[in-house]
Amino acid sequence: MSKWKPLEKMKILGKKYPRIDGAEKVTGRARYTYDQFKEGMLYGAILGSRYPAAKIVKIDDSMVWSLPGVKAVLTDVHPTGRVRYVGEEIAAVAATTPEILGEALRLFRVEYEKLPFTLYLEEAMKDEAPRVFPRRSNVNKPRIREEGNVEQGFAQAEVVLEDTFRTQVQIQTPLESHGSMVYWDGDELIIYDSTQAVHGVREGIAKMLDMPLHKVRVICHHMGGGFGSKLQPGIYTVIAARLAKQANAPVRLMLDRQLEFLTTGNRPDSLSRIKMGAKRDGTITAFFAKTYGTAGIGNGAGVRLPIVYSIPNVRHEHHDVYTNAGAARPFRAPGCPQASFAMEQMMDEMAEKLGMDPLQFRLKNDSNPTRQKEWMIGAERFGWHRRKVTPASDPGPIKRGMGLGASIWWPGGRGTKASMKIYSDGSVEVFCGTQDLGTGTRTHIAAVAAEELGLELKQIKVHIGDSNYPRSGASGGSTTSPSVAPAIKNTAEKARQELGKILAEHWNVSPEAIIFSDGYVIASGEAKQRLSWKEACGLLETDVLEVHGEWSEGLSSSGVAGCQFAEVEVDTDTGKIRVLRIVAVADCGLILDRLTTESQVNGGIIQGISYALFEERLFDPQTGAMVNPNFETYKIVGTMETPEIEVILFDEPERGVIGIGEPPTIPTSGAIANAVYNAIGVRIKSLPMTPDKVLQALANQKA
Amino acid sequence: MYNFEYLNPTSLEEVSEVLAHSDGETVLLAGGTDLLDRLKEHLLRPRQVVNLKNVRELYTIERNEGLTIGALVTIADLAADAYIQENYPALSQAARSIATPQIRNMGTVGGNLAQRPRCWYFRGVEYRCLKKGGRKCYAVEGLNKYHAIMGGGPCYIVHPSDLAPVLIAYGARVTISGANGTREIPLEQFFQLPAKDLKKENVLNENEMITRITLPPQPENTYSLYLKFKELESHDFAVVSVAVVLHTRKKRITDASLVLGGVAPIPWKIPEAGALLKGKELTEPAIQAVAEQSVKGSDPLPQNGYKVHLTRNLVRRALTEIQQQL
Repeated sequence: MSKWKPLEKMKILGKKYPRIDGAEKVTGRARYTYDQFKEGMLYGAILGSRYPAAKIVKIDDSMVWSLPGVKAVLTDVHPTGRVRYVGEEIAAVAATTPEILGEALRLFRVEYEKLPFTLYLEEAMKDEAPRVFPRRSNVNKPRIREEGNVEQGFAQAEVVLEDTFRTQVQIQTPLESHGSMVYWDGDELIIYDSTQAVHGVREGIAKMLDMPLHKVRVICHHMGGGFGSKLQPGIYTVIAARLAKQANAPVRLMLDRQLEFLTTGNRPDSLSRIKMGAKRDGTITAFFAKTYGTAGIGNGAGVRLPIVYSIPNVRHEHHDVYTNAGAARPFRAPGCPQASFAMEQMMDEMAEKLGMDPLQFRLKNDSNPTRQKEWMIGAERFGWHRRKVTPASDPGPIKRGMGLGASIWWPGGRGTKASMKIYSDGSVEVFCGTQDLGTGTRTHIAAVAAEELGLELKQIKVHIGDSNYPRSGASGGSTTSPSVAPAIKNTAEKARQELGKILAEHWNVSPEAIIFSDGYVIASGEAKQRLSWKEACGLLETDVLEVHGEWSEGLSSSGVAGCQFAEVEVDTDTGKIRVLRIVAVADCGLILDRLTTESQVNGGIIQGISYALFEERLFDPQTGAMVNPNFETYKIVGTMETPEIEVILFDEPERGVIGIGEPPTIPTSGAIANAVYNAIGVRIKSLPMTPDKVLQALANQKA
Repeated sequence: MYNFEYLNPTSLEEVSEVLAHSDGETVLLAGGTDLLDRLKEHLLRPRQVVNLKNVRELYTIERNEGLTIGALVTIADLAADAYIQENYPALSQAARSIATPQIRNMGTVGGNLAQRPRCWYFRGVEYRCLKKGGRKCYAVEGLNKYHAIMGGGPCYIVHPSDLAPVLIAYGARVTISGANGTREIPLEQFFQLPAKDLKKENVLNENEMITRITLPPQPENTYSLYLKFKELESHDFAVVSVAVVLHTRKKRITDASLVLGGVAPIPWKIPEAGALLKGKELTEPAIQAVAEQSVKGSDPLPQNGYKVHLTRNLVRRALTEIQQQL
């Protein structure tokens, strides 16, 4: 299969164009899982555990059944009867209206034997803390990363700094909560799921229900966000399937916001103790980090330290710590924002100690050639030279500051299959078992196909989000574009070749002479024949041209670099931090759609600001319940908190397609923290950087 | 499913009739922005819900010597009223600072004054707190970042209203109607501390409702300001807010009223502000003295000490802003 055309020859790719399903979405015609409805459908709900640690002695559902409209009840949802966090699924009900559900859930009589619990990272680490798993320590054995010789590295260092940073638990908070609408068609199970992985969910649910794969079908036409929390099959789907079986009716079960917050994942918190050494000339010689994080009852709270910068001698010990909270799940650049918040502040502290400009210090320790250029582009556009050298030098209570941070990402493309049908009237359909989690995948597929066939976007009908379509992986790890785009290109190229053969025969020229361009099929060279796309497809007569293609090497790659510059304003009377401006430079190889790419970067930054300043899961220490499981008290950045964002895309089309979803959210909190220090002369070392912490830090500084 | 009776009276007499027969299980529905949440969260299980939206006489904003505002006037209408913008600017500022446009379109003046606290322990069904007949205030040993720094105990809610501090600062009176007739009291006396009654935040009896607010005319050279600090500018309740009304004559203050929001279970009046400022010019030392006075006696919980700094700074900022207008 051939390479991508050069960017200057592209008609669609690399340009700005709106999503093909944009109008459908903004007018409300797009049907999400939440909108799925079937005649006779019931509404399902799950009862979560009231206590953070308990044995379920008994669940009495007799009162539930006495409620008119209740059609199915499950009391054996929990496999062991030993619950480990508030909200953990213990029973379920399906009823004829959603209004009945709230009352139905209240009528379960659950007898618990309460057990001691532990909620917060640093408390769970103590010896006397109650154990989350009776036979295991809360503190897991360390995972150790070692490069070079850290003792020697520190011996070489002329300046050594130590510091400690903390980050909070953040929830993915997709607008559409997790959930499914399911129904049984004989012994086949049809699932509409709000998911980032239609094939993965099919495989998972088939296994959980012990069913053959071909009897489970998973559909997701549109989905309202996932950010990594919707990569796996849900317990709610299994529950919905069982309720549907019991009631012999379709069931839609969407989680309410509270269970969504408690049970469907989060970004783990972190505690990072760091020691870093450098020479006077600005070369970092050694880095030591001891980190902890809690993924609740799960694992995977790693902190990717050191991040971005090249350090020859590194030792990092990480311990996952168990707490009585729902398990973490992947969340946009897992492990990275936590690391970046600590790393970028360490970098600035060291630069200050060495008397270097933070940017120069980074240039000295950054071995990525792309980012070396990006730093300069960003610094120029941002006006880095205007940064105050002396922190807190603004007069008056409101002070401004500037900071920066870097992003990085690794994964690239992997196996994806696709198929294409071309009909005699010229219509084109593409089928691919990927899904559009809001990033624009549907649009990108149309764009790649149209580019290859010399057509317009609107001429391609895209079918995705169905496990009946050719297999594609989960939309996670920023792998979707580099996985899907090459598969679509190859499939379209195959279709072009097949159609080319028919035309070559028709015109009696060699197939190599056939060109597809601007809606025409042309025989180049002496023949000079030309047919419109529709006329050319007419040669298919009653046949349908159908081809299959798949991902291949050489059209995508991995590795992303980027940097961000932040300007903030800190009100020292109120402690409030306002982000005024972010300039981001981001690369992602060959850009499929400049508009959706910019959107991805904007989204990453906005979520990064939200992480930096607002979001935090809060547990009540007395009950283990979350005090802020709603959008009033779990604070998320809104329009008024969104600053001016300038995105500069750094084109590297020769590298092929690379994913961009995750890296832009990595450096935002660190860049803001550095800007805050530049503004007020005090470091905020704990996320989120809320007014109370800023006021406290200012008061401590005065004292 | 849980059911209730839904009533649609069209006049105040009809409402009074309903209230006369209420047995403590009747709730009044105005904008519903608070009530519906509490119904959905099962914090309330009324037998009757009385919709007030068809009672036209509750909608008027009437100019007289001062101003009379019907209880059902929406926050949005209040914010948009040109006369209020001109004559009671701090009230406009407060109205505009509330929640989101959608909520301002539904929420009402009466509802804003009678709304229940936002305390996460009060709002969560999991916690049987003092207000819900339980035996402890969960905020004391729990998460209390947003709770009261003054006037708290045994319950530490803060009153969430933005309108109340401003209205009190302007000297508003509230008219209460019920089965037993009508009474008018200073709005300041409408609110009451948990120490007095844990179950409610004001003096309304179960068969009573707010019908209107009356504002006295403000003399010439009145300066007023509402300064609200919220974490999220997009939509949030006040962490701390400051309402100031100053009457002046030739740059000298003839009367001063300072009321804080978000710091106490009721709108928190600083009565000493009047004495500290009366007869004086608004100088730096005077401002500083009032700012210090405003946090005197504050008694923060473990996580809300910052609100003391915040309050002091906001009072100073509010007075400084007025100083610049003088």
